[in-house]
Amino acid sequence: MLDNLYETELSGLLNKVKEIQNTGAHIMQVCATKIGESYELLYTFGKGYDIKHIKTVVSLGDHVPSITDIFPSAFLYENEIHDLFGIEIEGINHDYRGGLYRTAVEAPFA
Amino acid sequence: MAGKRSVIPFGPQHPVLPEPIHIDLVTEDEKVVEAIPSIGFIHRGLESLVTKKDFNDMVYVAERICGICSYGHGYGYVDALEHIMSIEVPDRVQYIRTLLFELSRLHSHILWLGLMADAFGFESLFMETWRIREKVLDMLENATGGRVIFSILKIGGLRRDVPDEVMKGFIPELDRIAEEIKACEGAFLLDPAVQSRLRGVGYISGKDAERLGCEGPFLRASGVEWDNRTRGYAAYGEVDFEVITSKEGDSYGRCEVRIKEIYQSISIIKQCIEKMPAGNHSVPVKGFPNGEHMTVIEQPRGGACYYVHSSGKKFIERMRVRTPTFANIPALAETLKGCDVADVPILVVTIDPCISCTER
Repeated sequence: MLDNLYETELSGLLNKVKEIQNTGAHIMQVCATKIGESYELLYTFGKGYDIKHIKTVVSLGDHVPSITDIFPSAFLYENEIHDLFGIEIEGINHDYRGGLYRTAVEAPFA
Repeated sequence: MAGKRSVIPFGPQHPVLPEPIHIDLVTEDEKVVEAIPSIGFIHRGLESLVTKKDFNDMVYVAERICGICSYGHGYGYVDALEHIMSIEVPDRVQYIRTLLFELSRLHSHILWLGLMADAFGFESLFMETWRIREKVLDMLENATGGRVIFSILKIGGLRRDVPDEVMKGFIPELDRIAEEIKACEGAFLLDPAVQSRLRGVGYISGKDAERLGCEGPFLRASGVEWDNRTRGYAAYGEVDFEVITSKEGDSYGRCEVRIKEIYQSISIIKQCIEKMPAGNHSVPVKGFPNGEHMTVIEQPRGGACYYVHSSGKKFIERMRVRTPTFANIPALAETLKGCDVADVPILVVTIDPCISCTER
């Protein structure tokens, strides 16, 4: 029921994000949702009042590429997903290495 | 030749910060050359409670994400579920929700004015603004019964109606508040000593603010005309208001935008009262939510996203709240570059940081 939702394989994620960035959009949020044993990653972008989403499904152990080369300010969202869901994200421009959230309980801790 | 670099820790405890955020300030002499933000000291995991609490009861949890933005969090969650469940609430509910949203913005902006006055050392101005804010809290108490957490929202409408005579009684009080804010306005915007602390401090261009995903008054102070209320949710499509912007792009501009938005909020509340339709205050809700939706609203501190994912059960799979402060942190780090160490506390306050929201 999300409008302007593009679903993509993990391998096509960066190309799709780049495509949206080329339209002049900015990053609004990134979040993870645990569905069974998998995780849905939802990337949301805005340009003016238009909103677009990209969704990709990953598993624990998948190496998710960081989008911070395309949207540098996405680093907090990606560190959050790593710290709270345990999803590995490779190549974050400011990688806190698990130190962004100081939770006593290990991930998952959304 | 570059000077010797030092790292000065700012926070997590600091006089201008009621809540913990830490910034490593990399400095050369008295200038900040890089700022590395760090959050996560008080993360509560409230979002994960959706997997353990009835979706109706989660409204109370959403409201408790923050004591200042409480109403907006409840609204965002309720609105997302009403979209998923295709619930159409009565017009009266939309108007009352808009009225309460603007009262919340009013008390949040006035609270910020007080914190700002305190940050630049104007104690009497701080006390005066918070005295005015009490009147807004009194109105909220009359309307909802609560001063901090209102518990008036529910999926399908409101838990109780707000009588017309109570709302009409707000109009003279709002006029007095506008007069009193006007009397304080000069101290914030015209006083040379105050201007010397705000003008040129923490400049960010509109282009950079947009690129970094900046939100709310922080964005609008850089000249970007972007306010999610113009999407027309609740009754915002039925009232007239202006999107306030400033060309300054600095701390002064952020102050100017918030002060002018106070008058806009007062105008919206009065329009809601004048146009208030009759009708029920709720509709029955049946079944469980099945689907996903993202609601985007304008909280006092900026745009906020509420994503709900559910699959037809009593418990929801995911509630995600992207708060404005979370979105504003990268831009804050950018604006800190090049400022004097002495200006850092004021600059941090100008984004109106809400760590309670950020650490949901």
